[in-house]
Amino acid sequence: MLKLTFGKFTKWKILKQLILKDIDSLIIGSLGIVSFISFFVGGVVAIQTALNLENPLLPKNLIGFATRQSIILEFAPTFISIIMAGKVGSYITSSIGTMRVTEQIDALEVMGVNTHNYLIFPKIVSLSLYPLIISISMFLGVFGGYIASVYGGFSSSVDFVEGIQLDFIPFHITYAFIKTLFFSFILATIPSYHGYYMNGGALEVGKASTVSFVWTSVVIILLNYLITQLLLT
Amino acid sequence: MISVENITKSFNDVEILKGISTEFEKGKTNLIIGQSGSGKTVFLKCLLGLFEINTGTISFEDKKLKEMTGKDRTILRQEMGMVFQGSALFDSMTVEENIMFPMQMFTKKADSEIRDRANIAIKRVNLINANTKFPDEISGGMKKRVAIARAIVMNPKYLFCDEPNSGLDPKTAILIDNLIQEITAEFKITTVINTHDMNSVMEIGEKIIFLKNGQKAWEGSNKDIFQTDNQVVSDFVYSSDLFKKVREVYLKN
Repeated sequence: MLKLTFGKFTKWKILKQLILKDIDSLIIGSLGIVSFISFFVGGVVAIQTALNLENPLLPKNLIGFATRQSIILEFAPTFISIIMAGKVGSYITSSIGTMRVTEQIDALEVMGVNTHNYLIFPKIVSLSLYPLIISISMFLGVFGGYIASVYGGFSSSVDFVEGIQLDFIPFHITYAFIKTLFFSFILATIPSYHGYYMNGGALEVGKASTVSFVWTSVVIILLNYLITQLLLT
Repeated sequence: MISVENITKSFNDVEILKGISTEFEKGKTNLIIGQSGSGKTVFLKCLLGLFEINTGTISFEDKKLKEMTGKDRTILRQEMGMVFQGSALFDSMTVEENIMFPMQMFTKKADSEIRDRANIAIKRVNLINANTKFPDEISGGMKKRVAIARAIVMNPKYLFCDEPNSGLDPKTAILIDNLIQEITAEFKITTVINTHDMNSVMEIGEKIIFLKNGQKAWEGSNKDIFQTDNQVVSDFVYSSDLFKKVREVYLKN
């Protein structure tokens, strides 16, 4: 599938429109839900951390520290990707699957269009902007944690900001973005595969979307483990 | 002209097409008929090159499909138009954009010229006030017209139709049949239609191939079909009392 996706290219004028359309639906269209989830989960992480710091000897800046580490290392890159596997992955599988069921892919084939390149390549390109979503998620997650801990009375603003800066390792950001790039490729290709190669009718489109979500999530989790093992140990 | 010589096609050791040979003539409406499961759709998809045949040859104007390079096939496909059973219009595009699509994809013409040609095709299939509508906003008959317009906009040499009037009311079905026949004669296209519809057989079947269990069981024109003594064809075509009576009247006259 990948060989065909990067084979015989569609006319640039058309490909450009498809990429812009996919950026709009896959990236811009996901900003709302990602922002909402990141902000509130960031807040919850901060509250949970604060409630577990019962020992008065533990400094309050640990709340900011723990929030930053949880959000940057795992929540933003990995768990947002699982959420995206549900949102974006299902959308990709069902849209390509519906094209298969309604013979739109056959119509493109008959015209002589390289359907792999036409349908899948724009999704891979547009999802290469996925790290942008993750950086917004990181910022909003930490910001949510700040709001929850400061306005919830769990720590002072100074303590939280000090915690965010505590023992900061810039490579953690690099590690998170490396993961994100791999996940963006997974998010574009596995759902496309399940949509493109599905058989049957409307019911099978639904089944293909579910199967695609499961496999995308499984691969993301396994890849997350592998990349963490390779880069952080 | 399309020549088919002794083609076979199997799926998982089950032979679907068993040595079919025939010719589809230029400027004529060639019909493939037969019961469900007789291999009509597989045959059509083999002609389109969507399925690779196991043995035999399919030739387009003496050029063998099997011997064509990828580039040759791409060129051939641009000479083909296809009307799918469900129309297969692109949901995300308007009627006009659907028709413009093949030209935008494969020609270097300016947008204004592409739009003009699309509008000529739209007029030819008698579509009125539908340019800016999306496929889910138009009727089944209009969808078929859009599909026909999209199929002919590149001036194809070959037009393939899979059940072009399925799901349409009898009046619209006849209009679509007549439109295909007119376009075939007007542009000297080799048209191949896969159909179940006996009205189409009687009306536009200039050449008819009857398939049974993956084999060609009969071949002739719509006039021949009234006089055939082939029991298998008669059982299929004249299965309804109405058509039996039509045949009786035709033979009497």
